[in-house]
Amino acid sequence: MEHGERKVQKKEAQTPMEAERTRNQKVYAPAVDIYEAKEAMVVIADMPGVDDKSVDITLDKNVLTITGTVEPASYKGYSIVHAEYDVGDYERAFTISDEVDRDRIEASVKNGVVRLTLPKAERVKAKKIAVKTG
Amino acid sequence: MFWPEVWRFGGVTEPMREIQRLQREMNRLFSGVFQPFSRDFPPVNVWVGEEDAIVTAEIPGMDPGKMDISVVGDALTLSGAREREVLKEGESYHRQERSHGHFTRTMQLPLKIDADKVEARYDKGALRITLQRAEADKPKKVAVKSA
Repeated sequence: MEHGERKVQKKEAQTPMEAERTRNQKVYAPAVDIYEAKEAMVVIADMPGVDDKSVDITLDKNVLTITGTVEPASYKGYSIVHAEYDVGDYERAFTISDEVDRDRIEASVKNGVVRLTLPKAERVKAKKIAVKTG
Repeated sequence: MFWPEVWRFGGVTEPMREIQRLQREMNRLFSGVFQPFSRDFPPVNVWVGEEDAIVTAEIPGMDPGKMDISVVGDALTLSGAREREVLKEGESYHRQERSHGHFTRTMQLPLKIDADKVEARYDKGALRITLQRAEADKPKKVAVKSA
């Protein structure tokens, strides 16, 4: 090795390792409303700029992850004069219990609002028990 | 991407304006008039080109027919309402983070507009308003003559 040659710097890794995104784009957590209906849980997330092709909903073990990718609009020939918000992808994850019937989860997207219906599994629905006399 | 904060704290005189704005916000907060959709909803971005200007805002879940966009002089007014999801008997909220209600925003644009040629498009929850610049206000190239 020659005198004065710089050694290759090794970057220290983060422990515990956090999974990074491959795209270098800002990620936001969308605002959600969650309410419980008789037969299902409903999750509504505000994700402007997302349509049914760019939303990804995955259920892995007990974690439900909602991801939306947004193409930031680029206006060629225009210059930004006033900026109040930034555009980025959306991601938010929730832990759901076993009470959800995973095979019947439904999702729809309209006007940038993602709506997830998580039906409750049969055994969790409160069963009315008939009381017999005698 | 651009950071909106940089635009606010532009120069030495900006902090004073920020403090005043903060004071106004605090006053409004304590006067009880504060609503979920405050005066400055929705946040907008303004792009300016040679022929036209584009104003964008993110307002998901709106009915395009129920939004009101009007231009008077160089002021653009945007208003609309988003209804709260009506829950049936026995249903209850676990979390409520999304805003709802009525909003109105009037903003002064930094250029003169031709009010007859305003177009608006609502796609995937993002509103894009294209405004044609008034003829008199378009940048004009000046030829430099040599003496």
